[in-house]
Amino acid sequence: MKLIEITDLSVQYGSKLILQNINLSLADGEIVTIVGPNGSGKTTLFKAIIGTAPINTGTLKIRPNLKIGYVPQQLIIDKTLPITVERFLKVAQKTNVKTLANAMNLVGTEDLLTFQMNNLSGGELQRVLLARALIAQPDVLLLDEATRGLDQPGVATFYRMVDGIRKNTNCAILMISHDLHVVMGASDRVICLNGHICCEGAPNSVASSPEYQALFGSEVDGTFALYRHHHDHNHHTDNERE
Amino acid sequence: MLDDFMTRATLAGIGVSLAAAPLGCFIVWRRMAYFGEATAHSALLGVALSLTFEFSVLAGAVLVSLLMSISVTLMAGRSLFLDTLLGVAGHTSIAAGLVLVSFLSGVRIDLMAYLIGDILAVSHMDLLLIWIGVGTILSLIIWRWSPLLLVTLNEDLASANGFNPKRENFIITIALAIVVAVGIKVVGVLLIIALLIIPAASARSIATTPEAMGFFAALIGASSALFGINAAYIFDTPTGPSIVCAASLFFIALSLVSSFLKRKKHN
Repeated sequence: MKLIEITDLSVQYGSKLILQNINLSLADGEIVTIVGPNGSGKTTLFKAIIGTAPINTGTLKIRPNLKIGYVPQQLIIDKTLPITVERFLKVAQKTNVKTLANAMNLVGTEDLLTFQMNNLSGGELQRVLLARALIAQPDVLLLDEATRGLDQPGVATFYRMVDGIRKNTNCAILMISHDLHVVMGASDRVICLNGHICCEGAPNSVASSPEYQALFGSEVDGTFALYRHHHDHNHHTDNERE
Repeated sequence: MLDDFMTRATLAGIGVSLAAAPLGCFIVWRRMAYFGEATAHSALLGVALSLTFEFSVLAGAVLVSLLMSISVTLMAGRSLFLDTLLGVAGHTSIAAGLVLVSFLSGVRIDLMAYLIGDILAVSHMDLLLIWIGVGTILSLIIWRWSPLLLVTLNEDLASANGFNPKRENFIITIALAIVVAVGIKVVGVLLIIALLIIPAASARSIATTPEAMGFFAALIGASSALFGINAAYIFDTPTGPSIVCAASLFFIALSLVSSFLKRKKHN
């Protein structure tokens, strides 16, 4: 069976419908990227998968004993809570020296172990969160805008790391990202979300679909459109520059 | 040995402080101080009900505290925020409790004993009940320590690791209601929040891990009980408030020392 199978899912908070008619599945070792504007329900979809969002209708099947490594968009630890990186990595998950060392090696956090979590920089915190997710030896990694707050080289390094993780561990990766031009190439599939699934498929076909362009066409004219210009089809967007 | 009222008072004080301090760390980390205070206030209504209908004060306090915290949690976020609802529920309970007690004209009731505690009057039975409560709280906290910590750090992370945040939060609510109930005899409903918050806040400045903070908080809490009770005996002051004052002295001393050390480190 697939790792995750979502059928006709809808999520509603109070009277506000956040997600509707979501159909999505994730197979072993697959990298799927979810793109969508702010407020399109990307994080809510993740919360539904990990079980903290109320499922209104539809079904969400998770393979039994599936290990999920979740990297949240941000982690704010109250200043009153003293905790070292080492302790954080081990909270409520069994690990041994080897797994811990491997995970930290993979994301390069060995020298951070004795640091207080509150003293980490944005990039360091992201790597620690990723290391924590990897220690669980997950079958699937959920990355929610994991490169938030990183600079361009940082983003590039992060995705190289993610690529390395998949090669080394063969875990599936489901990620939410705004780094369109970077993630598109690395994904097996792209899903364009805006409350419902607007379009999905291979990165190229999604990038050229009218639904996708309606959402992102003008927003990314500087980077993405230029990057795609060698394609011969016409984009038909007003803001396109030649 | 237990026939000496000072021994019973000391054992009761140390017990409640030991249970309150580690739980208090979670209250501090999760910014639930006001939640704790409202829970404690609502216990007074429980006390009044148990005096009116003649059943166990302890049971009355636990039940009403739990009822208040659960209903407030369920209602929060609909049209009013949690702190407003807590303010409404906590103060309504304390007022209703005082009104209710005023009807009990036949019985002379020393309300102060419930507001600031009456630790010197702790009986053998009280001591037994207090320590059963203390044992329950400590077992709950130690058993669920890691999941509680993870839920405190981030509920989504906890859920992804297979823990149910709602269940873990409920454990805090239950432990809080029990600590309030067993603390009534020791420091009363007005001051029990101090035994939760002050030792934890004092321990913060000397701890680098959550476990160390919990341990130091318990140590500071128990020492405060010991010092406070003895000081009250020597200076003939009210015992509950003396325990809280002792804890405050720890807080001030440790804060001064740690800020002095930090400054020295920077220079």
